Amino acid sequence: MINVTIDGIKASVPEGSTILQAASEVGVRIPTLCYHPDQSIKANCRVCVCEVEGNRLLVAACAMPVFEGMVVKTRTPKVIEARKTIIELILANHPQDCLNCIRNGNCELQELAEEYCVRENPFEYKVRGFEKDFSTPSLFRDQDKCILCRRCIEACSVIQSVNALGLQERGYHSMVVPTMGKTLAESPCVMCGQCIHACPVGAIGEVEGINDFLAAVADPEMIVVTQIAPAVRVAIAEEIGMTTGSMGMDTFVTGLRQVGFDYVLHTNFTADLTILEEGNELLKRVKEGGTLPMFTSCSPGWINFCETFYPDLLDNLSTCKSPQQMFGSLVKTYWAEKMGVDPSKIYSVSIMPCVAKKFEAARPEMNASGYQDVDLVLTTREIGRLFRMSGLDFSKLPGSNFDSWMGAYTGAAVIFGATGGVMEAALRTVYEVVTGNVLEDVNFNVARGFEGIKEAEVDLNGLVVKVAIAHSLSNARKLMDQVRAGTSPYHFIEVMACPGGCIGGGGQPITKRNAKRIERIDALYAEDAGLPVRKSHENKEVAKLYEDFLHEPLGHKSHELLHTHYHDKHKTVL
Amino acid sequence: MAEEMRIVLRNYGKVDPLNIDTYVAQGGYQSLDKARSMDKAALMAEVKKSNLRGRGGAGFNCGMKWTFAAGAQADQKYVIANADEGEPGTYKDRLIMENDPQSLIEGMAVCAYAIGATKGFIYLRGEYPELVSTLNAAIAQAKDKGFLKDFDLEVRRGAGAYVCGEETALIESIEGKRGEPRFKPPFPPVIGLWGKPTIVNNIETYANIPAILEKGADWYAGIGNAAYPGTKVFTLTGDVVNKTFFEVPTNITVRQLIFDFGGGIVGGKKFKAAQIGGTSGCFIPESLLDTEVAFDTMGAAGLSLGTGATFVMDETRDIVDIVTRIAGFFEHESCGKCAPCREGTMRTAEIMEKINEGKGSVKDTALLDKLGTVMSYSCLCGLGQAAPSPVLTTIKHFAADYEAKFK
Amino acid sequence: MDYKEIIAKFADMPGGIIQAYHALLDEFSYLPEEAVVEAARVFKMSTAEAYGVATFYSMFSVNTRGKNVIRICESAPCHVAGAADVVAAMEKTLGIKMGETTADGRFTLEFTECVGQCQATPVITVNGKPYLDISADKIPAILAECK
Repeated sequence: MINVTIDGIKASVPEGSTILQAASEVGVRIPTLCYHPDQSIKANCRVCVCEVEGNRLLVAACAMPVFEGMVVKTRTPKVIEARKTIIELILANHPQDCLNCIRNGNCELQELAEEYCVRENPFEYKVRGFEKDFSTPSLFRDQDKCILCRRCIEACSVIQSVNALGLQERGYHSMVVPTMGKTLAESPCVMCGQCIHACPVGAIGEVEGINDFLAAVADPEMIVVTQIAPAVRVAIAEEIGMTTGSMGMDTFVTGLRQVGFDYVLHTNFTADLTILEEGNELLKRVKEGGTLPMFTSCSPGWINFCETFYPDLLDNLSTCKSPQQMFGSLVKTYWAEKMGVDPSKIYSVSIMPCVAKKFEAARPEMNASGYQDVDLVLTTREIGRLFRMSGLDFSKLPGSNFDSWMGAYTGAAVIFGATGGVMEAALRTVYEVVTGNVLEDVNFNVARGFEGIKEAEVDLNGLVVKVAIAHSLSNARKLMDQVRAGTSPYHFIEVMACPGGCIGGGGQPITKRNAKRIERIDALYAEDAGLPVRKSHENKEVAKLYEDFLHEPLGHKSHELLHTHYHDKHKTVL
Repeated sequence: MAEEMRIVLRNYGKVDPLNIDTYVAQGGYQSLDKARSMDKAALMAEVKKSNLRGRGGAGFNCGMKWTFAAGAQADQKYVIANADEGEPGTYKDRLIMENDPQSLIEGMAVCAYAIGATKGFIYLRGEYPELVSTLNAAIAQAKDKGFLKDFDLEVRRGAGAYVCGEETALIESIEGKRGEPRFKPPFPPVIGLWGKPTIVNNIETYANIPAILEKGADWYAGIGNAAYPGTKVFTLTGDVVNKTFFEVPTNITVRQLIFDFGGGIVGGKKFKAAQIGGTSGCFIPESLLDTEVAFDTMGAAGLSLGTGATFVMDETRDIVDIVTRIAGFFEHESCGKCAPCREGTMRTAEIMEKINEGKGSVKDTALLDKLGTVMSYSCLCGLGQAAPSPVLTTIKHFAADYEAKFK
Repeated sequence: MDYKEIIAKFADMPGGIIQAYHALLDEFSYLPEEAVVEAARVFKMSTAEAYGVATFYSMFSVNTRGKNVIRICESAPCHVAGAADVVAAMEKTLGIKMGETTADGRFTLEFTECVGQCQATPVITVNGKPYLDISADKIPAILAECK
């Protein structure tokens, strides 16, 4: 242990601790901006500078390791003046349109400006005036707001291995830009949106669909129907100041009706359906010598990644559409039929933890119903904004149930939101289908946890199935390189583009910490454990769907509505 | 009058840079032989005892630095010569490399032996393309003659980035990256090029090594200023009669440098200011001319030695205009990694232009003063820390020049 | 020589991308997009990084340049020695502004910071070669040397 004194307070901290860590041990919070708890140390914003006795120079608390006897002062006049000047410098060319900003009230720079009482900035206000990049349906970039902390670059390169973002030029002219200074759409960006979580300000955000939603609600002709993805409920509470997972599904449903949805259905329904289609697809490939390993296909960021970086492996992807798109094609066919409504009047909105879903919904091939299958994708954050706009007090709201035909779900669908969840759900079903035995313990703990790559072997009455699970694309890349090299031992690989799976999706409440992601995962497994039915093939509404409409997994209608194909999107600028 | 004393330029005009035999004839490579016959610890102790301090501008004890790298455990270590001589007005390292490249190579080989490195790089600024072949020829000859043994040496070119003179930015550049400084610690002698222990020294520093080993640490420590012994090469530019270079003991004064060696001001005009150390150096008024040029005496007077470039301005020169140009230099050369430098150099240039155009006021100099002071202790690397020096020292010593420009 | 061949020569040099860019510059005066992409591949870095390197160093350019790149030093010693007059004379002679390229693609004018030839200011470089003690009357002869 190392003994240090911070602002007169003695502390004993482990060797290798930084001043920032040591200070937090004794209750001294040092302001930061470029610092990110789950990333490498950057030390480039210099907002965390402190005085160390014996040093003329101030030191960056985030990067400076403590030494025995170190005396640190975190709030001398010299320190305060330095920090305030640096904040003023950053603010002087940062657009002062906080009121209109997508990160208003949730911005690290705004907080600093408030804390350091920046009133009249001595530096001339000079916005650089770049055009915003709205080239993708998922993400936008507002270059003027970028403070060059580089956290997005690390998210995109280290965590996702996509490398769609980099630096251009130097000095005051340096910018974070998509590859070769092009637009996001021209870059290899897979639209996972992890850069949004990394960004301390409003330089990157989701392309908002709230106005489209309000217009649909205002149209008396339209039947506004929604589906909610499994990862949304556990996180939505965070958007309205409640603790993770604390909003009950029943009050959530009421809240959605209150903001204007006519029918509230659940993506979990098609998650269960996915298991039946995908499980059977896997078994068919194993039995008939199809392309293996088979990859899951529910994560649209992952699909974009595979199409962009591994176009040679597209045959390995399950042909199953994602639950969102299965839902989209069914709601305007099966559900419309059951409800006796005109599908052209259905406005299908999905609520997703994801920004890549916006891109997925807009894919031209996603029109199996004869219409655009999903009309609008709203992220968890956007639903949070609608809830705040509506003034709802969820602690007092009565609960209500999902609507019929596509609202029922099992615990297996719930865990789709966590890394390993799709695999576990599939194993619960495949086990019973193949062995004919009842699965007594449905918990496949090998599939759970935050490790980057998990693997398991499951013995299905002599048929040994080898599976692997990866979350975040840098981990997926490792498994893909094995497949490409012909050394992959697996039959089935689950990939989720985002860290932790959908609960860490690009559309979720802004979070820097993996610890928060783990909290959300725990909430999902708790929900699963509390449900009476936990195997997808036991979902009664899904059974009804097959009985009345689809007839059999992988059948003709399934093929038409629930399966898709992929495109080689290799880009020369990779 | 004080006299020149040539140590690093001892072979200037006496050897053919493309013929190693002429260097050997002057006693070249005997010091390397001597070094290799010594215990490594004793060798480093000798260098340390000479009190040779880094000639690139930071003034760190060279032998001490070597011991850090020597003490680090690693399968590979590197020796780098910093030939990214980018401080405007400086060309001393070019002189050494152009005229006596073997002195540099011998110095590097001594360092490699001392710390246990087998690979070295000369990071040559992109603006010296003609030196690539000279250095490569010199390396090849040293190899052919067997002087380098297992020490492999390679020339790498920079490409126009002043910041690469900062040792960690230089390392990044050799690694093929943007030349952006790393935060320290860790320092390069512990974690440097490709994560391995690395010594980065200036060309002038290395060129001193053979002479120190030949004549002994005590000899060297006895030359010039005791705290910063030896000689220093100065390059004189601007309104000075002798626009050329001089190698002098470190205990001469700025006045001697400009008036004795430099021959005074051109055209019999009066002295106004000198900027020593390159464009990041402090501006020196008449009243401080009797300061000794050594590292610490300059520091004590609020000045800096830097690279030894000496830019002299006569009474007709527009200090504010010159500092405005210098501010533009730093705006252009800031790497942009850290906020106070990226934004601060731009703002400094912006405000200097405003003042230079006659639109400024005392509020602007006050802001420049505050900004420069904050930058000097908040920026990530030496570039941002030193960039405000010309502004801060001219506001201090040449306030009247600013006032004359106010609206 | 083809850009791929040029880059391939440096493939075994760790961190050699900057050296490869220099070689490309000798051939093309600038770094074409496909060469940056190829360099990224050869040096096992992302294109975004290779582009970041290409745009960091002032001697490199990802935009087309003239066959002869003339750079005028504007650092303080050249500044006081009359660099502004050299700029004006050069702009007048070539009929372009600093940062521009002549219509025939022969010349590009750029600023540079100190090139370390301060014994005889002002200084310009043509394709990296320094010319010292420049005045307006020396310009025609220098330009005549260029292809």
